[in-house]
Amino acid sequence: MSDITKQSLTKLVENIKNKKLSSADVTKAFIERSEKSKELNSYITEDFALALDKAKKFDQKPNLDLKLPGIPMAVKDLFCTKDIKTTAGSKILNNFVPTYESTVTENIWKEGAILLGKLNCDEFAMGSSNETSFFGNVQNPIDKDLVPGGSSGGSASAVAGQLTPITIGTDTGGSIRQPASFTGTVGLKPTYGSCSRYGIVAFASSLDQAGPMAQNVKDCALLQEVISTYDPKDSTSIDFKRNQYSKELNNNIKGKKIGIPKEYRVDGMPKEIEDLWQKGIQYVKDCGAETIDISLPHTSYALPTYYIVAPAEASSNLARYDGVKYGFRANGENLIDMYEKTRSEGFGAEVQRRIMIGTYVLSSGYYDAYYLKAQRVRKLIKNDFDEAYKKVDAILTPSTPSSAFKIGEKTNDPVSMYLNDIFTVPVNLAGLPGISIPAGHDSKGYPLGLQIIGKAFDEQNILNIAYAMEEKIDFKNKITDWWIK
Amino acid sequence: MSIDLKTIKHISKLSRISVDEKKAEKLAGDLNSIFEFIEKLNELKTDNVEPLTSVAETTLKLRPDKVKSNNIREQIVKNSPQDNEDYFVVPKVIE
Amino acid sequence: MSKKNSEYLINRKDNQYEVVIGLEVHAQVLSESKLFSASATKFGAEPNTQVSLVDAAFPGMLPVINEFCVKQAIKTGIGLNAKINKRSVFDRKNYFYADLPQGYQISQFKDPIVGEGKVILDMPNGQKEVGIERLHLEQDAGKSIHDLDPQNTFVDLNRSGVALMEIVSKPDLRSPDEVSAYIKKLRSIMRYLGTCDGNMQEGSLRADVNVSVRAKGSKEFGTRCEIKNVNSIKFMQMAIEYEANRQVDLIEEGKSIDQETRLFDTKKNETRSMRSKEDAHDYRYFPDPDLLPLEVSDEFINELKNDIPELPDDKKKRFIDEFKLSPYEATILVSDIDTAKYFEEVVAKMGKNKDMKLAVNWIIGELFAVLNNKNLEISQSPVSAKNLAILVNLIKNGTISGKIAKTVFELMLDGDKDPQKIVEEKGLKQQSDPKAIEALIDKIINDNREKAIEYKQGKEKLFGFFVGQAMKASGGKANPQLINEILKKKL
Repeated sequence: MSDITKQSLTKLVENIKNKKLSSADVTKAFIERSEKSKELNSYITEDFALALDKAKKFDQKPNLDLKLPGIPMAVKDLFCTKDIKTTAGSKILNNFVPTYESTVTENIWKEGAILLGKLNCDEFAMGSSNETSFFGNVQNPIDKDLVPGGSSGGSASAVAGQLTPITIGTDTGGSIRQPASFTGTVGLKPTYGSCSRYGIVAFASSLDQAGPMAQNVKDCALLQEVISTYDPKDSTSIDFKRNQYSKELNNNIKGKKIGIPKEYRVDGMPKEIEDLWQKGIQYVKDCGAETIDISLPHTSYALPTYYIVAPAEASSNLARYDGVKYGFRANGENLIDMYEKTRSEGFGAEVQRRIMIGTYVLSSGYYDAYYLKAQRVRKLIKNDFDEAYKKVDAILTPSTPSSAFKIGEKTNDPVSMYLNDIFTVPVNLAGLPGISIPAGHDSKGYPLGLQIIGKAFDEQNILNIAYAMEEKIDFKNKITDWWIK
Repeated sequence: MSIDLKTIKHISKLSRISVDEKKAEKLAGDLNSIFEFIEKLNELKTDNVEPLTSVAETTLKLRPDKVKSNNIREQIVKNSPQDNEDYFVVPKVIE
Repeated sequence: MSKKNSEYLINRKDNQYEVVIGLEVHAQVLSESKLFSASATKFGAEPNTQVSLVDAAFPGMLPVINEFCVKQAIKTGIGLNAKINKRSVFDRKNYFYADLPQGYQISQFKDPIVGEGKVILDMPNGQKEVGIERLHLEQDAGKSIHDLDPQNTFVDLNRSGVALMEIVSKPDLRSPDEVSAYIKKLRSIMRYLGTCDGNMQEGSLRADVNVSVRAKGSKEFGTRCEIKNVNSIKFMQMAIEYEANRQVDLIEEGKSIDQETRLFDTKKNETRSMRSKEDAHDYRYFPDPDLLPLEVSDEFINELKNDIPELPDDKKKRFIDEFKLSPYEATILVSDIDTAKYFEEVVAKMGKNKDMKLAVNWIIGELFAVLNNKNLEISQSPVSAKNLAILVNLIKNGTISGKIAKTVFELMLDGDKDPQKIVEEKGLKQQSDPKAIEALIDKIINDNREKAIEYKQGKEKLFGFFVGQAMKASGGKANPQLINEILKKKL
């Protein structure tokens, strides 16, 4: 079947359960397409031979009660996978082979999925275009020389390019939603504490969350159902009642109150984005929901806050990469010399920049002015959402202030790169769930996304809204397979 | 405010990342433009705002005092850059 | 140097200096597993065999706190009469070192689990109160071994992540002797509570010592130096002595003292600057985002309060009130939990008709001498409390004399023998039959008529001679009191 890779996860699961397809059929199809798609550079590590073995083994004794029976899947290379190299897109980990498995991936394999390989990402998830990866740029399947977004760029590219039916990314400031938006796919950042952080290479601990990336809302809901578990190994994991997100998925959103925050209408935002937003407002109204104008007054302070909090935590989280226990080591005359050379050669420019920012804002004399100040503003940003949620059930915004840009376009201007996350960052700071769904195209034919932000632990609600909107939007990704010769 | 080369050298020392002059100048430029953008926070009066460290609205869970990890030395030292069966090995520490 | 009125002062020409000392004691929490990971804490294991993925800071590994360690810290706080903070926060202390795998130590900086408290010291010239500033929980680091290889340093992470309590005193200590008393008292309290074994040889208890000096009578503090990681009371005392004199010399020479971290060289008996470690010290503390604030309820604290055993100060008071011991005796007996336990068992085993004074003398005198000689702890005592109680009772009820008891005690040392049996087997029972003793004395008086006459004529010294003869004749077994009585009658 040549169209296997075009099928949604839900369809593939159905076909495997009905024995119309075997796990080996499906796995082979994705491997073949992945083999033909090297130019996208979506993978850092391929594990195809083993994947096929596992698929065949699955077929010998298929357990069809599982949620992901024999489904092959590639994952972002930020998740530690047992006996499979895990790099976080960095030279400093380029030879690191974990002896353990992250909780999120463990949950996936337990439901019958099979690892295809590890997907490219910005180094330590620090980037918005996948250009900071030690393993090179990733191409956006939408167009040549277009970034796929970041940091889960390899993941977005692989889903959009149909190299994997579904995947998981991580989102610290928009790293799932922004690339989803850039590639015409669906990406969910769950509530902080919904998915365990155990075994995920940490970037900024108080913001990091794993989440699903898929071709449609239903697939996304199914994967969220699998990965979200309470985990005693993560002290910030929260024990709340989790829904059966895919089973409970419901497109009836009549009477829901959707907030439209005026502060998301930022200066210099292209008219196309504004138009898309208006279209989105119309869609939810068409679905019977009510829209209400709201204010999130501290929105413009979210990015500066984020660029203090995230680097501060990162500067400390990345201190363990010191050439002593694992990973890359440069030779040094003594311990300190070894540290300085290892970290200088092992980390790329953006990571070093952020470590420097983080070190600076925590250093003596600057802590109160920067770090503490940012923590206070973070509280104000969260308060904004708490206030808004007294009046509305969810919030609708654009996902990004622009469509995907060209590779190299913003690499020399960190601030303009950072501005890409302007609509996604507040959601991380407040720990809320947010989903990006493809909602239209710009004049160049590049996809644009809309973001639905929910109350904490209210993933089901935003999935339902997304599901209802998806039907109305009827988005079709324009992918020509230009990279397949 | 402006971050000078001396400050860059100091934070590079704290972060254990070596920087030469050229890199220091580039970093100073980058950091200054980033901090210019961060300074926006000073528009806000926040003296009476409680700092928010974690959005997880729960308290720390406590685990029972049980030994669960056995001797996994082989796993622990397996990835270390300098081979040794028993120890991690680093260049001499100069006190 | 003078120690007039027990005051510790350093004298130079016309000037007298007072020494001001504050301690940061690092006490290893007694627990099975580490503070944030489930690996073992046993001392002396093969290198890197008690290391989990969390302890070695592998990517994506996260800390999960050990409830028992939290309880241990709170109990210790209660033992130090300190305020227990219902909300405390774990911070990261960031610095690079080979034996610090995370690149930061998880500690408590702004909001420790225990706040201000106090400890009472029994000094020769009376009691002294020492203020406790705070107690917080933190992770221990691993161990760097520098002498296994000429080019390399070896790192063992067994200790990495073991729970420590850092107990910070106020700068209330004024002499090496007070420091010794303070450490011993802390150790004693923690051993009573079972929160730290206090074993200094194994590094379970060590301290950073802050020393400054000032002119006697001055209210201002001088510039202090911190002497890092001293692991015995003797070294602490030597280090303070050296450091205080060094600082006084600098002042006398008109030089200033640098606030710095110093190291005590036990071979050269001197402190020296550790500047190399200090050049880039800025720990960049911030709340650990992998952990949430630690919150404990009143109920949680109260349950622990109910679980607190009688502590040395209370026990001492009770020993004085209930057993009529002298403060000196009580202090000795409560100083270590094992001694107190031993004593109380002896008391219990002595039954109703007990001689407390006699029991105390035997423990502090004979037993301590033996332990000292054999270099044993009281928990390893060759004579059990039960048998010592029997021995004391044998003396008390007149079965044996104090002198015979010493012989019996010697024999008990070999395999904790029952003194009753020794007395029976060796026929050491005291002769308490007045008739038999009378007969014995009659014979002695008869044999020594002339001396008896001399005695009657007023040479009273000779009474002792007759007692000795009677004792000798009975093979030391005659009841000395009866001998006295009968002799007086007969002579």
